[in-house]
Amino acid sequence: MGSYVPHTAAQRAEMLAAVGVKSLDELYQSVPSEMLLNGKLNIPAGLSELEVREAVTAMAEKNKVYKTVLRGAGSYRHFIPAVVKSVTSREELVTCYTPYQAEISQGVLQGVFEFQTMICELTGMDVSNASHYDGATAAAETIPMCKDRKRTKAYVSATVNPQVIETMQTYCFASNTELVVIPAKDGKTDPEALQAALGADAACFLMQQPNYYGLIEDAEALGAAVHAAGAKFVMSVNPIACALLKTPRACGADIVVADGQPLGLDTAFGGPYLGIMATTSAMTRKLPGRIVGETHDVDGNTGYVLTLSAREQHIRREKASSNICSNQALCAFTAGVYMAAMGENGMKQCARLCLSKAHYFAAELEKIGCKLKYTGEFFHEFVTEVACPNCRARILDALDQAGILGGEAVDGGILWCVTELVSKAQLDRAVAIVKEVL
Amino acid sequence: MKLIFELGAEGRGLSLMPPCDVPEVRLSDERTEALRLPHVSENELTRHYSALCKRIHGVNDGFYPLGSCTMKYNPKIDEDMAALPGFTQLHPLQPEGTVQGALEAYHTLGGALCEIFGMDDVSFQPAAGAHGEFTGVMLIKAYHVDRGDLNRTKIIVPDSAHGTNPATAAMCGFEVVNIPSGADGCVDLDALRAAVGPDTAGLMLTNPNTVGIFDKNILEITKIVHDAGGLCYYDGANLNAIMGVVRPGDMGFDCIHSNLHKTFATPHGGGGPGAGVCGCKAFLRKYMPGPLVVKKDGVYAFDYPEKSIGRVKMFYGNFAVVIRALTYVLSLGKAGIEDAAKCAVLNANYMKARLSDKFDMAYEGICMHEFVMTLVKLHDETGCSALDLAKGMLDFGLHPPTMYFPLIVHEALMVEPCETESKELMDEVCDIYCKLYDMAYENPQALHDAPVSTPVRRLDEVAAARNMVLRYQFS
Repeated sequence: MGSYVPHTAAQRAEMLAAVGVKSLDELYQSVPSEMLLNGKLNIPAGLSELEVREAVTAMAEKNKVYKTVLRGAGSYRHFIPAVVKSVTSREELVTCYTPYQAEISQGVLQGVFEFQTMICELTGMDVSNASHYDGATAAAETIPMCKDRKRTKAYVSATVNPQVIETMQTYCFASNTELVVIPAKDGKTDPEALQAALGADAACFLMQQPNYYGLIEDAEALGAAVHAAGAKFVMSVNPIACALLKTPRACGADIVVADGQPLGLDTAFGGPYLGIMATTSAMTRKLPGRIVGETHDVDGNTGYVLTLSAREQHIRREKASSNICSNQALCAFTAGVYMAAMGENGMKQCARLCLSKAHYFAAELEKIGCKLKYTGEFFHEFVTEVACPNCRARILDALDQAGILGGEAVDGGILWCVTELVSKAQLDRAVAIVKEVL
Repeated sequence: MKLIFELGAEGRGLSLMPPCDVPEVRLSDERTEALRLPHVSENELTRHYSALCKRIHGVNDGFYPLGSCTMKYNPKIDEDMAALPGFTQLHPLQPEGTVQGALEAYHTLGGALCEIFGMDDVSFQPAAGAHGEFTGVMLIKAYHVDRGDLNRTKIIVPDSAHGTNPATAAMCGFEVVNIPSGADGCVDLDALRAAVGPDTAGLMLTNPNTVGIFDKNILEITKIVHDAGGLCYYDGANLNAIMGVVRPGDMGFDCIHSNLHKTFATPHGGGGPGAGVCGCKAFLRKYMPGPLVVKKDGVYAFDYPEKSIGRVKMFYGNFAVVIRALTYVLSLGKAGIEDAAKCAVLNANYMKARLSDKFDMAYEGICMHEFVMTLVKLHDETGCSALDLAKGMLDFGLHPPTMYFPLIVHEALMVEPCETESKELMDEVCDIYCKLYDMAYENPQALHDAPVSTPVRRLDEVAAARNMVLRYQFS
């Protein structure tokens, strides 16, 4: 049995005597005796470290790790520089709690302050929080930032990742908020439908850039329509694409959210990821979650603290802007280290590689008869038309057998993703396999 | 210490990306705004972050008795297992047949947690404790809505609760009814009886509660709520005191969240990622967020509950955190889980007994895994507050206890030593606490001035909130 309790039998006896009880069981005297398990917990006996390693490793080995991944749809396998894991596996950083005691937490606080700065740079916004759970919860929590007594309805584009929409729906069911989905036209948000839908009760509209199908939307025009209706314009972005695309701020965004997973985090079967939330100065106090601010100590030295906590649950309780307490601090720190390692050039190179390789792959697929479902500009994801579900399955199965995770099957097609990790040779091989199936 | 933006030089950087092996593509409308990220060498970068890490106190650096946060030792094997490529390299949308081991991990830990909780099913989707609370209270909401019982608009929360409880109830569209605690820190049964009614949706409760006491009336409490037609939600923040000893399900609770980053030893990473697994009784399963993991004929698969509240986040949860907790539960097993809880309670009672001569305890008698001291008398007599004493501890290399919580205790210090601390260390710490207590009488100014040995001294939080410098300003 594994145990991390350091007490010897003699020490246990000594401590019990100091407390004034005869046994450990006596410590539970306030628990009604009929409820006690009395050693009947029905789980297996503990294991030695060697046995645990074998058991858990055996589970890991039952999973298939693909050499080539051509699937994104909300989770992206990118290159992670060695320094990222080296820095973020430091014990001090891994084992500390939320930095309530600022004097002995400056490392975390400064690291998150630097992260906030980098997110502001990436998005063009004025202020970032210290993280949310993931891109979907960040998207959902923008709605209460925008609602007021008159503006009670939220809007989201049908071209947003369906899991994000579903998460927003759950949060809206919670807060009794109506969430309207604006339909798509040719794979992009239908601007006319948006304009027609927005009324005086519209609180906010959330779009995704690039959208779920990889297409680059006309964010500025959508933003202008939203602002004309007096509502807030929320953009959900891909942080790697931000290095090349016009900033959300330049597109008129009032709030920007993102899943920060592409910034140095493993795909790890879906988590932990990183929710990014940034906004304008005017909306700072509406941001949920921790925010790190700069200040000074009694000697005048610069230091960092958790600030604006009057928004938060531990102070405001039922009047708080959100119930969030723990966030994804280590993931935010990781994203900070990643962006520091990549720098402006690395980020732009990475984005350019994703963009170029995805276009190469799309063109090669077109050459063998795979038609692109949509015509607009795209970043590193695109949909090829494959009408029959059986054909989709045959293509993906053939790739699977070659150790390639093909695209995500979506309605009427396959949603492909190419990142900098996939070489031209790997793309050519994938094309050859698809060609054989067709 | 310099910010990373103040290091390095333009043109400096790491060499990470390969040349482009396909024709380069440009978009019609590309970013023109500057992207001011650091320009540092790898050496500068790693030294910067090493320096930051030296300005952090983690569980590995010393005593960390942060009440209600369960800062127990984080085993190294757990980290090794979470780093296996067979887990880290999985795409969340891989076919089920290619992730059988990952689903087995979820299913195995889920089974053990159901047993520890006394529940019938769990969802690992919630990313943190408050997120698990949200999920649990949404189950309650879905249950009433599904039955057409639409007038149940109120959630009852004791005044000793964590702030997340009322905040969660409000997020779920409920009105919060705060009820006062009794003199013993437990639920006042009369106040509860007066609060329940046909508008009661449910009760949110932590047991042992936030003052470290197991509410002996728990069966009566859950009965009062059930008799009124409400459901009972268990906040698992303090589960470490009772795991393997007594189960929330047997206390009458209908749903629960548990913080894997507290009770199940996963590290907290400076504020996250945690994991807030949500458990429920069978009658609530159909409302759980999907997908859940099931095993049919020896094969693991995803299952989407019929009347699900919907997703609470993308994918399935903080998977890498779940792997750590799984490793921990497999290591400790039946006897180890129970012993860990009992020793957590032993340690708290030992420190409480050792400190009782000097410090006033908010509640007398045997405590669970944590206890609350009240420094009102010390403050009145010396001018030294709980904050001053806490800051004094920093100069001894100790992380202070939780300060000023729960709100119902004045000048509170809440101590949760955890089972992984040795008697020798706790003896040393008790001596230091007593020395600081004496110092309050002998040299109060020294405590007002503390800390003096930390990288920075007391920080001006008011100025931080007023000036709102929330990012680096490039010149």
